[in-house]
Amino acid sequence: MELHAHFFRRESGRLIAALTRIFGVQNLALAEDVVQDAFCRAVEIWKIRGVPDNPTAWLMATAKHRAIDVLRRERRARTFAPELGRLLETEWTLVPVIDEAFAPPAIRDEQLRMMFSCCHPRLAEEAQLALILNILCGFGAGEIASAFLTGRAAIEKRIARGKKALAGAARLFDLDDADFASRLATVRRALYLLFSEGYHGASAAAVRVELCDEALRLTALLREHPPAATPTTNALAALLCLHAARLPARVDGGGDLSPLADQDRSRWDARLVADGLALLEQSAAGPEVSAYHIEAAIAAVHAGARSLEETDWATIVSLYDRLLALAPSPVVALNRAVAIAQRDGAAAGLAALDAIADRDRLAHYPFYPAALGELELRRGDRAAARAHFQAALALARNGAERRFLERRLEQCQA
Amino acid sequence: MSEFVYLFRSTPAEQREAMGSPEAAQRSMQAWMAWIRELEAAGHLKDPGQPLEATGKVVRGKELVTDGPYVETKDLVLGFLVVRARDLAEAVELARGCPIALGGGSVEIRPVMTAPM
Repeated sequence: MELHAHFFRRESGRLIAALTRIFGVQNLALAEDVVQDAFCRAVEIWKIRGVPDNPTAWLMATAKHRAIDVLRRERRARTFAPELGRLLETEWTLVPVIDEAFAPPAIRDEQLRMMFSCCHPRLAEEAQLALILNILCGFGAGEIASAFLTGRAAIEKRIARGKKALAGAARLFDLDDADFASRLATVRRALYLLFSEGYHGASAAAVRVELCDEALRLTALLREHPPAATPTTNALAALLCLHAARLPARVDGGGDLSPLADQDRSRWDARLVADGLALLEQSAAGPEVSAYHIEAAIAAVHAGARSLEETDWATIVSLYDRLLALAPSPVVALNRAVAIAQRDGAAAGLAALDAIADRDRLAHYPFYPAALGELELRRGDRAAARAHFQAALALARNGAERRFLERRLEQCQA
Repeated sequence: MSEFVYLFRSTPAEQREAMGSPEAAQRSMQAWMAWIRELEAAGHLKDPGQPLEATGKVVRGKELVTDGPYVETKDLVLGFLVVRARDLAEAVELARGCPIALGGGSVEIRPVMTAPM
């Protein structure tokens, strides 16, 4: 029996959720220890006896037994889940309560509550992401550090502070809380950021598919809770599916970033495209139109096009017009200008780039000079293009971006 | 062919590193299983052995029983297995691919005593 890749990591989040339900969030460290123990035992025993037929059940049984031991040994010394209180103190109800905590609906609910708790608005977004990745997704501090190009010690501190905040709240976020709608918006934003980081983050590998996968998975989990499956949540899910569909073509054989123009579209994931389009349909219910809706619509236009030339740029430009009105930002304006160049030619695109309000906010964003370079190259002004690509290269954040821009520069020499 | 026992040792720090995250734990398990399968496929695996708990006792003389092993200061014996190899040199070669040895721990290789011919 072969384990699928990342099996332990996936199980980690689920088991920690179940144990947090029993131990209480103030004992999160205890929950983590029990899970760690279960993994260590699994590794030692499965190495010799092979992976069991139902590895999930094996791990759960091991974690349950340890939890029962801990509770029996420590129920006088510490307080556990405030909601369970007396039920844990007596053998009459101890085991049934634990069994219930490990049942799929309980695990799902507890993961959701954990996700909402991690997205506390008072925590910085980077702290929210680190907590989600560590607690819900089973990433170690070192793994998170390499994803975000930050030092491991800094991540460990960030996680420790975040967990302290969680423990301080005494219980996980209640999904019936009056604050649900606004917290849901924070959760969506965190998942969007997580996906973006995986799609084109600052890490050494420009694309971290695992982060995108986790964002997709958590968004799907979110949608399993009907009050959270609003049209806007569906729009976010659509957007993530449609972007994720392009991931297989985004990195070429040599590990370098492949621009949209060069991507082999036959490698786009047809099933994810179909899922994304279906979710976009669903998100059209009701009057809400969020930025996610518009971004998803733009991604849908790309997904339906056979090539860059055959793309409906007119629709894309008008969608960007709406997005700019709804959620103005220099990055949105930049993307709009690139779409205008596709629809109306390089000169129009350059004029649009020049007209971006708050252009100075793009000062450290390599895609701005890169876009200028691209359009100058198209117009035939190689000298100007070279200057822009050099400026972009100076701002490049990782090896893949650098190599991409260096290749562009080569094309300005001839 | 002779028989050799492999004794696997590691330090708590190395264990923490290998099991540091669920992903790391899974990778270390898969590396181990790949190595064992190689040994088995090449006909070297006499007995896959057993993993050992990290706690136990030490008996010395008639009276002295202490808690052991002492995890804080020494390498901990994690387990053992028994291989078949031509000679000690080959047993050493086979141990080079062991993930525990590669990951900061060690493999002690001891020939099993045989009756004199």
